[in-house]
Amino acid sequence: MLYVEIEKRLDRFTLKAKFQCDHNPLALFGASGAGKSMTLKCISGIEKPDRGVIQLNDRVLFDSEKHIDLPPQKRRVGYLFQEYALFPNMTVSGNIMAGMRKLPKKEREQKLRELIGQFQLNGLENRRPDSLSGGEKQRVALARIFASSPEVLLLDEPFSSLDTMLKYQLIPYIRNIIRDFGGETILVSHDIDEVRQLCGEISPITDGVTQEIIDTEIYYQQLTKQYEDLK
Amino acid sequence: MDLYPLFNSLRIAAISAIFVFFIGIAAAYYIAKLPRVLKGILDVIFTLPLVLPPTVVGYLLLLALGPKRPIGSFFLENWDIRLTMQWWSAIFAVSVVVFPLMYRTARGAFERFDENLADAGRTLGLSNTYIFWRIRLPYCKQGIIAGVVLSFARALGEYGATSMIAGYTPGKTATVSTAVYQLWRTGNDELAIKWVLINIAISAVVLLVVNLLEKPQRRRP
Repeated sequence: MLYVEIEKRLDRFTLKAKFQCDHNPLALFGASGAGKSMTLKCISGIEKPDRGVIQLNDRVLFDSEKHIDLPPQKRRVGYLFQEYALFPNMTVSGNIMAGMRKLPKKEREQKLRELIGQFQLNGLENRRPDSLSGGEKQRVALARIFASSPEVLLLDEPFSSLDTMLKYQLIPYIRNIIRDFGGETILVSHDIDEVRQLCGEISPITDGVTQEIIDTEIYYQQLTKQYEDLK
Repeated sequence: MDLYPLFNSLRIAAISAIFVFFIGIAAAYYIAKLPRVLKGILDVIFTLPLVLPPTVVGYLLLLALGPKRPIGSFFLENWDIRLTMQWWSAIFAVSVVVFPLMYRTARGAFERFDENLADAGRTLGLSNTYIFWRIRLPYCKQGIIAGVVLSFARALGEYGATSMIAGYTPGKTATVSTAVYQLWRTGNDELAIKWVLINIAISAVVLLVVNLLEKPQRRRP
């Protein structure tokens, strides 16, 4: 269970995010600049909220009143960045290994082999990120995240830098990954089709304020109706 | 021909470049995190030696390090070390004069760094030290190497502050640039021209290296 209730003043508005996420993947859905990515950054510890609470199962990641603010290194939050943020000076293997530096060498190599197989990266081990296609980069980034054994998975517009064809090929793939992962997953997106295929629940967010969580299909019907009314 | 000035110039420039490498990078890295006003003030102070006449830098250094001055007398009384008129005194002068070059190139390189990479590293559990040395520095490698080479080149040619704090003692504090001045002053044109040619050759090679490094930042294959 991931519980988030935070506030953070930003230039254009005050971010007020409040939601709870269980094993059902949750989508933060809204226009660009609505504070979706900022919410993920607060959960992962990259940004610090002004006040609030972030709790993951029995671990408090952030609590402004108790002055708890775990560094990102200790939160075990897997963050898939929009442009994947692969380390350009390291090979594919190097990038994946970076996620598990604390494991003993033998275990590390075994896990690397498993992840290479699982994410279909065979033959790419010694390539640098800038020689990879968009889809390959995404798989490396995911392998790197799972190497670090995260408890939560945050996906920040995972398809925004891919072309449409590839995107629709990858959606079922990502859906399987989320299912196999089994932990809390939050998807940030501005594309309702994407959300419908990946998340059962949705928390719409406008100008930094999250709305009550709602079933994705019910929300989709509301959205379509609004659209019909406009016509 | 006594090559001592060349040897001395090279070792002063090399040590100063190493020195300035660490201090310049640290200054560039930490200043970026400071509040705006403090950042502006420190930036001016750090860049000042670039525009001040080297004689002013030399004078200020003598005010601090001279045998009768606060730091200078402290070293003299406690450890019997004279900070001026040694071959290594030039390192103080050269480092101060050259520091802004390293600081500014490193800062420029750091500003182009993609902060998402550092954030990604942190969420993966990488320590800040690891991120700095293994991700940030390699990313900014070209700019930083160019800064070191440029600092080294400028260090080789430093004259004003060096001559004030280290003077010219043949076989002891003489550098290429102070030797050229001394040889010209004493009318030894034949030797002066040799040193001038050596100086031009070294500088040209260094600039060639800088140009090669500053080629449009091509991505590695």
